[in-house]
Amino acid sequence: MNQVEFVNLITPFKDKVFRLAKRLLVSTEEAQDATQEVLVKLWDKKEGLEKYGSVEAFAMTITKNYCLDQLKSKRAGNLQIVHNNFTDRQPLMQQQLEDSDSLSWVEKIINQLPEQQRMIVQFRDIEQYEFEEIAKMMDMNETAVRVALSRARKTIREFMTKTHSYGIG
Amino acid sequence: MELDRIENLLEKYFEGETTIAEENELKIYFSSSDVAQHLNHYRGMFGYFSAAKEQKFEKELPSKITTKKKVAWLSIAASIVILLGLFTFYNQNMTQNQDLGTYDDPEKAFQETQKALNLLSKNVNVGVEGMQYVQEYQQSTELIFKN
Repeated sequence: MNQVEFVNLITPFKDKVFRLAKRLLVSTEEAQDATQEVLVKLWDKKEGLEKYGSVEAFAMTITKNYCLDQLKSKRAGNLQIVHNNFTDRQPLMQQQLEDSDSLSWVEKIINQLPEQQRMIVQFRDIEQYEFEEIAKMMDMNETAVRVALSRARKTIREFMTKTHSYGIG
Repeated sequence: MELDRIENLLEKYFEGETTIAEENELKIYFSSSDVAQHLNHYRGMFGYFSAAKEQKFEKELPSKITTKKKVAWLSIAASIVILLGLFTFYNQNMTQNQDLGTYDDPEKAFQETQKALNLLSKNVNVGVEGMQYVQEYQQSTELIFKN
């Protein structure tokens, strides 16, 4: 596989990789680094990629594992957690997200969910994958995915109703 | 769109039982301008899902993927250019050297050689004449120092 073929292969999903990384790592810069890291990993494995049914699903799984590893090593050192708090307060989101208060509220709520639920919301409500695909990428069964998703959606609803009744949302 | 249907879909949605098509129906409903008052607080939620999908990876691809081969090609191209340059330069010098001092007619060549040798010996003698002054000077200094 040459460079052009490889770039054509990753173009349809490289934004999805980035968005998943950002969902987990929160900081835009770290998500960009993670995306590059994942793309390099795919490049190194480019000869064997054909044997995976879906390169995209494979890429998402690599991203998930890479970001979870990053978070684990972060938790080992306290410094990084402080850094996380900073990025949370000053959202480095795209303009359209910054424009609207209620949208960044939703982002904050989602980013407070447990990692597993965060990823499932990302996969389903944002990227719109089928449950079957999500189950594969998450290494879970479909029922467990639906249960986790339902829980996550209800948590978001709870926050939205609360902020709405306070007149913030 | 019927409000009953939306409320039904919402209920299914929160149980994790809606299909992608039904979820899109909800997204479309909540992005419209006439959302029922009591459902208004869901707008931000569905609005966020649609907006979040627009985020793009804006950094360049890792250099490992894009430049590795380019660099190899560049160095090959550069060395070819240097080699060609050296080759033509060397060739030019060689032809210039060959052009100097060649005669086709042996008679003329002999005359020219003689002329050149005469010129050389004349100039050598000029040097020798100069040396005679130096010798004179040395003799006189020797005389002075002896006394």
